[in-house]
Amino acid sequence: MKLEMKDTPGQLVTALKPISEAGGNIIAIVHQRDATSTSDTIDVQVVLELAEKRLGPLIEDLKQHGVRVQRIGKERLIHRRDFIIIGHIVHTDLSDTVDQIDRTGFSEVSEIQMVMPGIHEPSTARITIKATHADDMQRAVEILRRIAVHKDILVIEPVEEVL
Amino acid sequence: MKIALLGFGSVGQGIARVLAERDLGITITALADSKSGIIDPNGISLESVLARKEQTGSCGKTGITAEEIVRTADYDALVEVTPTNVQDGEPALSHIRTALARGKHAVTSNKGPIAIALPQLRALAQGRGVQLRYEATVCGAIPIFHTLEHGLGGNRFLAIRGVMNGTCNYILSRMAAEGLTYDQALMEARQLGYAEADPTYDVRGIDTAIKLVILANSIWGLGARLPDVDVTGIDRVTPEALSLAEKQDCTVRLIGEAIQEPSLLRVSPRILSKDHPLVVYGTLNAITLETDLAGELTFIGKGAGSRETASAVIGDLIFIRDCYVKGP
Repeated sequence: MKLEMKDTPGQLVTALKPISEAGGNIIAIVHQRDATSTSDTIDVQVVLELAEKRLGPLIEDLKQHGVRVQRIGKERLIHRRDFIIIGHIVHTDLSDTVDQIDRTGFSEVSEIQMVMPGIHEPSTARITIKATHADDMQRAVEILRRIAVHKDILVIEPVEEVL
Repeated sequence: MKIALLGFGSVGQGIARVLAERDLGITITALADSKSGIIDPNGISLESVLARKEQTGSCGKTGITAEEIVRTADYDALVEVTPTNVQDGEPALSHIRTALARGKHAVTSNKGPIAIALPQLRALAQGRGVQLRYEATVCGAIPIFHTLEHGLGGNRFLAIRGVMNGTCNYILSRMAAEGLTYDQALMEARQLGYAEADPTYDVRGIDTAIKLVILANSIWGLGARLPDVDVTGIDRVTPEALSLAEKQDCTVRLIGEAIQEPSLLRVSPRILSKDHPLVVYGTLNAITLETDLAGELTFIGKGAGSRETASAVIGDLIFIRDCYVKGP
């Protein structure tokens, strides 16, 4: 979110406090002071993780502290992981595979790129899963592993989690 | 220091050559291969025994057995470098037990006995006040156990991840570089002597799983066994998998992974960014240790080969010589 606040000492702390009080996890802060600016306010961009229902109260709280929220860019599913799957992906009902992950509500398949070299040969696909939280991603991975065992698909997982 | 050497194939001959080349204060007083043996309390002439092996295929006389050497010969340390038997670790396991029970140090490159019976062998060695060392069993030339025990002594080890099988790494490297199929890359590996006639043990991840068991049991004293490892090999990996990974500046490697908490032992092909420290090429091995004091450390080196394995075995012997064996 992009915040506008008074250019006085201590204002940044004043702005960040309500975020942590709301249970928000601050990921990054971009705070650029323009030396030539004559404005008595500064803009600060904050990247944070927050449960959706707490967003409204947070904006109110910030306003009361003299901080105006200019803009909010929302990405609900911030955890993203790529997998490679190998096997008879289409013939073991690809839409069911995708659906099992999508219908969790906390994770979804956002991209699939598939290569099918021959009719009876195994297909290979890169599949991207997005999830709301790290725990949800872990649960989605477990679902994918279960599907893989059931449908005899090889899942190649990444070594490290990529945010 | 006097040693008895069991096994005179590539590794055994590598050790003999290095000992012949350099004055390390180590003498071989007994030697056995699968067919013959030789005992000389004054030290076997290594040049002549290497020549005899090359000409006749045997190192000594038939009738002198490994079993007899272990039981009766005069030596300070047994060096056991026969091929690995995954099923029951025999006959190496019995030979190591006998030597330890006699109060002799033991050094081995043989994964079988260590993967199967490390806790018991360790207890036996401790009871007799002797050393059991097995540096050569995991990642060949990389001194991983010396590092774990001494260089990083006092650290807690949180996780280990590694590329521990040169055959698999060669196959995956070639599939990525040339777009070869798994079968083509395997055939090439065989022609170059990087893969055995029966590659199952390597490509199905069993070799990596055994090494993982040895590492985990050494570090955490788990008493884990091969069936405790979740193992997936590389034999189903397609060239398309590597090209899809490549598009994102990633590649695929067979990774052995051991985590302390929550406890996990897993061998599986994994996606790694190409600038990840574990992405090594060809037959190289690499191993990353995650520790609480030293942070993350990665070691890269050759995982197999006659002289590379000899380096690990001789490192163990020098340690024993300096710390335990007195005299010239």
